[in-house]
Amino acid sequence: MHPVLKTVLQRLGLGLLTLFVVSVVIFASLEMLPGGFAEAILGQGATPETVAAFNHQVGLDRPATVRYLEWIWNILHGDFGYSYAGLGGNIKRSVSELIAPRLYNTFFLAIMTAVVAVPLSLFLGIMAALYRNSWYDRIVNTITLTTIATPEFFIAYLLMFFFAIKHRWFYSLSTVSENTPLLEHMYRAALPALTLTLVIVAHMMRMTRASLINLLASPYMEMAQLKGVPRREAIVKHALPNAWAPIATVIAFNLAYLVVGVVVVEVVYVYPGIGQLMVDSVSSRDMPVVQACALIFAATYILLNLSADIVSIVTNPRLLHPK
Amino acid sequence: MTAQAPDLRSVRARRSLWQNVRRTLATAPISAWFGMIVIVVYVTAAIFAPWLAPYGESEVVGRAYQPSSEQFWLGTDQIGRDLFSRLIYGARNTIGIAFVTTMLSFAIGGTLGVLTALKRGWLDQAVSRIVDAFLAIPVLIFALMLLAVFGKHILNLILILALLDSTRVFRLARATALNVVVMDYVEAAKLRGEGNRWIIFKEVLPNILPPLITEFGLRFCFVFLTIAALSFLGVGIQPPTADWGSMVAESKTLITFPVRTFPYIPAPFYPALAIALLTVGINFVVDWFLHKTSGLRDEK
Repeated sequence: MHPVLKTVLQRLGLGLLTLFVVSVVIFASLEMLPGGFAEAILGQGATPETVAAFNHQVGLDRPATVRYLEWIWNILHGDFGYSYAGLGGNIKRSVSELIAPRLYNTFFLAIMTAVVAVPLSLFLGIMAALYRNSWYDRIVNTITLTTIATPEFFIAYLLMFFFAIKHRWFYSLSTVSENTPLLEHMYRAALPALTLTLVIVAHMMRMTRASLINLLASPYMEMAQLKGVPRREAIVKHALPNAWAPIATVIAFNLAYLVVGVVVVEVVYVYPGIGQLMVDSVSSRDMPVVQACALIFAATYILLNLSADIVSIVTNPRLLHPK
Repeated sequence: MTAQAPDLRSVRARRSLWQNVRRTLATAPISAWFGMIVIVVYVTAAIFAPWLAPYGESEVVGRAYQPSSEQFWLGTDQIGRDLFSRLIYGARNTIGIAFVTTMLSFAIGGTLGVLTALKRGWLDQAVSRIVDAFLAIPVLIFALMLLAVFGKHILNLILILALLDSTRVFRLARATALNVVVMDYVEAAKLRGEGNRWIIFKEVLPNILPPLITEFGLRFCFVFLTIAALSFLGVGIQPPTADWGSMVAESKTLITFPVRTFPYIPAPFYPALAIALLTVGINFVVDWFLHKTSGLRDEK
């Protein structure tokens, strides 16, 4: 078997295993509570009968392994179960129906951010690496360090203050619905996307710069310079083939970071995404929704890192041209 | 033996610790100085909060939403508590909780990391695989989920974040300790019959301290920002405890009203600025420290 294919398959297998372990961890978190979840949610005054009734209602009275297998089997078929909200009544709220439109909104926001942030930060990072220790490098370095250290909601409110309240260029709240036309959706999601872009660009630019500087310092680059290869050619032919892996890692790492940033930013702008849903469900301890959101976030995170790994394997010159 | 001791003691380093500190500080760039001053101010505010704050932490002193004045420097909040006093108490609560959490996470992660590096074998395998699974889930998401399970209690928050963060510390401690445990002096200590505790705390730990201290600064920032984010989302530190994250959330609607008195800054920006200033300050110091200790670039 070709070494590239073998490594890719190994990595895929490992990724699937991680996904499985993470799903077990997320499922098991509910079981870890001493005394059971029912008592925690019903309070100290709950009689054994009410606890038993609650457990029976949400299906917690069956063995954990059976419930896990059922849970994961249904999820693989797109069914995340039913929300605790409205469980006593006749209306059952399907978690999948709750999540689907919000998942679309969140991905909309994430893609909008990525389309702007990725090229911009790669450009800035490469420039900073090529002209390192120049004034440009130092200024960009200080600005990005400041941005990284600042909480997302601070940047979000700052942007909201200037662009939505001082100058009424955007809406301060990004309410969208399923009927919002595409352009209107983009316009309303612009401020959250801008906030996320600022955060991501800072991270991504710094990491691009760091990994490129690492690369440019390697002996073969010095060799290329010594044998008289023009600088442009040295970068395109010698540095770039080796740069794909670190760049892919940087992009994946930051898109994964976006997954977390999205939670806070959605809450600030009241953007109806999955992050906001998760925070609301945490407050009301609606576990099926929380677990579904956590699983989606974690799976996105793992898949992004997995694809970065695969890109770095596939573009690795040492693996591509085995001796 | 005793006869030689005075000789050895007379051959001492030319500079004392204090002189070295002063020499190092003299080379610090402006950004690092800025960071250090910020940290000192914050720590002072946190320690001496009851003496510095004009009013009590959750004391209602006037009408709600008063603008800044001679009496209330930054105005009052939604139920008439003095914002300036709450900002100062917030330093104590937010920084204190983040500090305790980070210490706990280093105690767990650091000890386990060094221990597994020392022992290897099945313990190392087991702990490393568990940590790998934890690393595959973002901290904020995991913390949100666990808070939903265990409830929004301050103790839960500290334990959950310390546990999640310790997995990150574990990885660094194990990686750096692996280079040290193969050293001859560790071997010598083992042959001398020293116990695990001695080897971990007297042989290995002092040698991996510089990277761990740098990491402490970064992890503290991370924990601090996570706590602020969780409190902002309403699932972290609960009222009436003064805390910067929840103060931003409580006053967020005020951003839409124009401010007509002196600082001209809407109320949610005070706590948000307080958070940002501290993390920026720590990052500047850590950045300088990284440059100094290894010339290595920080890569998260």
